[in-house]
Amino acid sequence: MENKSLVTIAEYSKEKILYMLEMAKQFEKNPNRKILEGKVVATLFFEPSTRTRLSFETAANRLGARVIGFSDPKATSSSKGETLKDTIMMVSNYADVIVMRHHLEGAARYASEVAPVPIVNAGDGANQHPSQTMLDLYSIYKTQGTLENLNIYLVGDLKYGRTVHSLLMAMRHFNPVFHFIAPEELKMPEEYKIYCKHNHINYIEHTDFTEEIIADADILYMTRVQRERFTDMMEYERVKNIYILKNKMLEQTRPNLRILHPLPRVNEIAYDVDDNPKAYYFQQALNGVYARQAILCDVLGIALQDIM
Amino acid sequence: MNKNKQALQVAALKNGTVIDHIPSEKLFTVVSLLGLEHMGNNITIGFNLESKKLGKKGIIKIADKFFCDEEINRISVVAPHVKLNIIRDYAVIEKKEVYMPDELKGIVKCANPKCITNNEPMSTLFHVTDKDNGIIKCHYCEKEQKKEEIVIL
Repeated sequence: MENKSLVTIAEYSKEKILYMLEMAKQFEKNPNRKILEGKVVATLFFEPSTRTRLSFETAANRLGARVIGFSDPKATSSSKGETLKDTIMMVSNYADVIVMRHHLEGAARYASEVAPVPIVNAGDGANQHPSQTMLDLYSIYKTQGTLENLNIYLVGDLKYGRTVHSLLMAMRHFNPVFHFIAPEELKMPEEYKIYCKHNHINYIEHTDFTEEIIADADILYMTRVQRERFTDMMEYERVKNIYILKNKMLEQTRPNLRILHPLPRVNEIAYDVDDNPKAYYFQQALNGVYARQAILCDVLGIALQDIM
Repeated sequence: MNKNKQALQVAALKNGTVIDHIPSEKLFTVVSLLGLEHMGNNITIGFNLESKKLGKKGIIKIADKFFCDEEINRISVVAPHVKLNIIRDYAVIEKKEVYMPDELKGIVKCANPKCITNNEPMSTLFHVTDKDNGIIKCHYCEKEQKKEEIVIL
């Protein structure tokens, strides 16, 4: 049988992305179904990530599956020196699908090559986190009614932000215009700008984050500017308050604008934004459950027609 | 004249392979990539020989050994411009160059310390993404490396 693991969003064609969004939409209409009754889903979190784990486990539970796993690698045999391969082989005996988060890059790819059951990558170091990208895409699709021809503004840490890189790559099929808003030290890396050029994605770079600059945005994707990313603390002190979204900045924005954030937020979105109808980050997190229901079903060979 | 002289060097071998124009600093890497230290054949290794093109070069003559393309293309990672002469009965019957293969399995170490390949007992695998500029991409962590940065396992 073909192993249907999901390691990176790059494996999804445009058709596949739209198909998965349709599947997520069906689960949003009716999230509680017993489609995976009798199945066991393993969630192996070699690196803690409460948010992602709870989202996957909720998805599995709403589909009627049983969940096994660990959320803290200290309690597992990998702390005794067991190799990843051995852990994966052992758990493959018990579970029908393995959802894994690992601090090492490429861990999910390797696991998908050795495991007889499908692997779902729930984040491998700074590399890939495809279910996050799917929930971002679903949130954009749901709020804008389309993925085509949108003005997407990425704000904050564009250098290390894994989610913005994956989003950028997944959007290549849909003719977006990107605006990159970041301090000098956290600018979009050259390799992604080259990627944009190769894929005919238009982009504009800014260092200022003002009301005027975001006036034409359909999507404002905020990320956290992390202190530990800076080598120059003077630079951090200078920029840390520039990339904060305040409610007042939204007055002139488009009515269809929605604000996304992968969460956790620290201070980059002021609390007065939360009550603005354009704030969408909490619903975005809920969309993650539907997107992950679709992913779990897909890797287990359940098709869209089976859930209609 | 120079050509005659080179032909003479090559002709010293009855049957086998001469690998020429190896940059001196890469000579021993080439030796180990081809696993010559485990061979029982008659092998001559020339180190720091004079070369107009390279300044100093290395040369390897291996008696009664003919490599397949896959074996020989491993060298392309460290020495892309080497020339091979295939010798039969004292005559050069074929001249070959090496080509960067599409994949490098178990040859190169990934430069990313957070890559799974540096933390698990497993083979590395790289895809050659740009043959002209020698850019390779790790199959696992997806990080790219340039040829100049490559470390052989």
